[in-house]
Amino acid sequence: MLTVHAARERLRRREVSAVELTRAFLERIHALNPCLNAYLTVADEAALAMARDADARMARGEDTPLLGVPIAIKDVLSTRDMRTTAGSKILADYTPSWDATAVARLRALGAVFLGKLNCDEFAMGSSTENSAFGPTRNPWDETRVPGGSSGGSAAAVAADLCCAALGTDTGGSIRQPASLCGVTGLKNSYGRVSRYGLIAFASSLDTVGALTKDARDAAIMLRAMEGRDPLDSTSVEVVPIDVAALDESRDSLRGLRVGVPVEYFGSGMQPDVAQRVREAIDHLQSLGAAVREVSLPRTHLGLPVYYIIAPAEASANLARFDGVKYGLRVQGRDLIATYMETRGAGFGAEVKRRIMLGTYALSAGYYDAYYIRAQKVRTLIKRDFEQAFNQVDIIAAPVSPTTAFPLGSKTEDPIQMYLADVFTLPVSLAGICGISIPCGFDRDGLPVGLQLIGPAFGEQRVLEVAHIFQQTTDFHLQKPRLKGEP
Amino acid sequence: MEYEVVIGMETHVELDTHSKMFCACSARFFGAEPNVNVCPVCLGMPGALPVINRRAVEFAMMVGLALNCQIARHTFWERKSYWYPDLPKGYQISQYQRPLAYDGWLDVDVRDLSTGNWSEESVRRRIRIRRAHLEEDTGKLTHVGDKSYVDYNRSGVPLLEIVTEPDIRSADEAYAYLSALQQLVRYLGVSTGDMEKGAMRCEPNMSLRPKGSAGFGVKVEIKNLNSLRAVRDAIAYEIRRQTALLERGEAVQQVTMGWDESRGVTVVQREKESAHDYRYFPEPDLPPLEIDDAWLEDVRRRVPELALARQDRYRRDFGLSAYDAVQLTSDRAIADWFEQVIAAAPAGDLRARAKAAANWIQTEVFRLMKANAIPNAEIASIKPQPQQLAELIGLVEQQVINLNTARQVFEEMFATGAAPRAIVEAKGLAQVSDVDALRQVVAEVIAAHPSQVQQYRSGQEKVFGFLVGQVMKATKGKGNAQVINRLLREALKP
Repeated sequence: MLTVHAARERLRRREVSAVELTRAFLERIHALNPCLNAYLTVADEAALAMARDADARMARGEDTPLLGVPIAIKDVLSTRDMRTTAGSKILADYTPSWDATAVARLRALGAVFLGKLNCDEFAMGSSTENSAFGPTRNPWDETRVPGGSSGGSAAAVAADLCCAALGTDTGGSIRQPASLCGVTGLKNSYGRVSRYGLIAFASSLDTVGALTKDARDAAIMLRAMEGRDPLDSTSVEVVPIDVAALDESRDSLRGLRVGVPVEYFGSGMQPDVAQRVREAIDHLQSLGAAVREVSLPRTHLGLPVYYIIAPAEASANLARFDGVKYGLRVQGRDLIATYMETRGAGFGAEVKRRIMLGTYALSAGYYDAYYIRAQKVRTLIKRDFEQAFNQVDIIAAPVSPTTAFPLGSKTEDPIQMYLADVFTLPVSLAGICGISIPCGFDRDGLPVGLQLIGPAFGEQRVLEVAHIFQQTTDFHLQKPRLKGEP
Repeated sequence: MEYEVVIGMETHVELDTHSKMFCACSARFFGAEPNVNVCPVCLGMPGALPVINRRAVEFAMMVGLALNCQIARHTFWERKSYWYPDLPKGYQISQYQRPLAYDGWLDVDVRDLSTGNWSEESVRRRIRIRRAHLEEDTGKLTHVGDKSYVDYNRSGVPLLEIVTEPDIRSADEAYAYLSALQQLVRYLGVSTGDMEKGAMRCEPNMSLRPKGSAGFGVKVEIKNLNSLRAVRDAIAYEIRRQTALLERGEAVQQVTMGWDESRGVTVVQREKESAHDYRYFPEPDLPPLEIDDAWLEDVRRRVPELALARQDRYRRDFGLSAYDAVQLTSDRAIADWFEQVIAAAPAGDLRARAKAAANWIQTEVFRLMKANAIPNAEIASIKPQPQQLAELIGLVEQQVINLNTARQVFEEMFATGAAPRAIVEAKGLAQVSDVDALRQVVAEVIAAHPSQVQQYRSGQEKVFGFLVGQVMKATKGKGNAQVINRLLREALKP
């Protein structure tokens, strides 16, 4: 288990070179990926070139928090000279000519990109089974899903196939797979990290973040990517994350007010998930935090509101994939036929379902009843959180109602699949931040995640609490036993 | 039965900004190689995001203010979804619910120009503006054989859509409205307004109804209008076509007609189609647009006095004819130049001087600019400064030189940029008004032309002009014409 900060420390001490480190990771990827299918593209050549460059920079005395550190990138983020498929057949051969802003900032700091990671097609899904390139398997149990949509990212971090991975979270796509794979996943507040170059799913909800091995790495990765980007008008200038402050924070949570939302422990929860989360909350209390119940009364409306707004935006965002300019083209007898055959062949079932849902919600005569109404309820959901944060500093809750479920067990029932995100959707709709950290295992030995939710741009405190939790527990240090491990 | 036409006009004006509406690409696409002014944003590449062009918003605000519109202080962008290869994102970023400008009007003077002659008479009509909103232009398709090519240079160029109320009542009014709008955007410097180059595109929709009735007839839209003249001709043709249909008792079909310039007829372009559902919704990639007082006032200060207001002022304050006023305000640069001439003139008869300046500009200035291929808009680049023309006019007024000499002097000014007084002195062009000297010349001319003198005295008045010419010739054109006239009349008295 090599964290970003540990890797950096070893590189700094010249115990290992970036090229050696990169080679080791590539070797491990080639051994384990055929089973896990976490990587869609392994960029051996490019990665080694970046590593050589990083070694040269270190030889010149340069030092950055990511110089020479091998990471990997979810395949919905544009990478110059590296295929970017969004997990879709329609972009199977698409290589952007430019980097997403988050990617460019990491590249500038000298991070080494090992490759691109599997995900649900256009980040639509909760199990990575909607990838056009086959599902990713959960490193803790290869018959189970890693969660999604950033399932490739979560699996790669859990299986130690990179130091850290970029993911995206629109309704839970970082937190839920982090929970199911037992890694740390921070969903940033909307606007904290630029979306430029992220292949859009739902523009008002999409966020870019990282899946890491601990909270300190999450802070390092956020610090590297955050801040205003003139190319994204919805990005904002923020007080930067103070990584050093994490180490200075004492192992005490005295004075911290933690809220536990009653609505997040209802029926439908796997009992030992609820149990592990309650134990984690008890642990926070034992560290000095004042725990109290809070109410988020519109929690049950999160899912219906999300499945109006996100597909509505997606229906327009995905209109550009028409076979005219890039990506797959299936030539029809005329223009309309070319559109229909291209999209018919290029998109998978879930993407088509959401395009139809969204198109319907925006249609004349339905717009007010669906889209406008959903926006109003979204405002109420946001207000629920604002009121809760008047009483507490942080909210502690489960990430997902269950641990990793068997491959294929929910693919026939979209509603069951959507319910996997019932505790992450409201945070996304409110535009606030939340982190998933490992807090134990169920009776089958599958990881359980704790979600710590903060107000908009409250990442610093969320990370500090997560860090103290991890300083006093060892759940995040547990490793899956992998078949074929070299 | 007598019919009345009801016309509403939808006009798209391309704003002449340096960069496109939502990216940094050059917006000056005309004549460029295909697909050179493009980037991920205007190509609709996955992951690209729009950024608002502040200048385009200001240009749109200027047009809104010039059209007497309300300016929305809080507005936002929307996505208008439809499929076409020239629309790279599959949606156009536009404004639907809350246009940037709304509820305005444009006053226009409508003249009957059917005789082909200028008419001093005109009727002032107020065309109400329903809305003006900003959006992005599409790319351009070219079809060659069974292949289609798309050029995205134009994709994302800022476009202002201006929609009138159905207030236009004739082809001449439509012509007057569009030329006024074209002049307006040129005065503001926000668009070239060139219809031939597609920088201004209009789609009139029109219907006929029995004169005096209040309802609306079946609406026909006309497209493919590439000049002001085409607009007038197409509407006039449609009025005749639809009137004939109605008089035969037939119904007008709701269609889109295209104007066939070469044949001078409209042809059906599209049958009535089911209403498009554009599925508008707020653009999540862009923040709402807030226009505060300071910004609005700053933009308001940049809106100049427009042509019609200047025409009214020139006629009222300077006593100019409608013709002169229209000519001098045809271009903002000309009007500004004209006003600088007036401003530089010394105190005196303002009206006389304005008339003189108007004459000079419309004759000598225009003639020499045309001969040197200088467009009207670039009058500021000619060598004579407006102050120098004012000085020249003063020299004629003070009888230092006569009008003929002044024309020679102006040619010299135009060629060299020298000051008029310097030219007059250097070339000794000051006119001879010395009565004794001129009396001497008159006597010599009379002595040299006895037969003409005889003819004049026997009543042939025409000969007088010849004799004036001889005196003028003897003074090398510098003789004061008025003095010569008086002296010659005296000397010829029997």
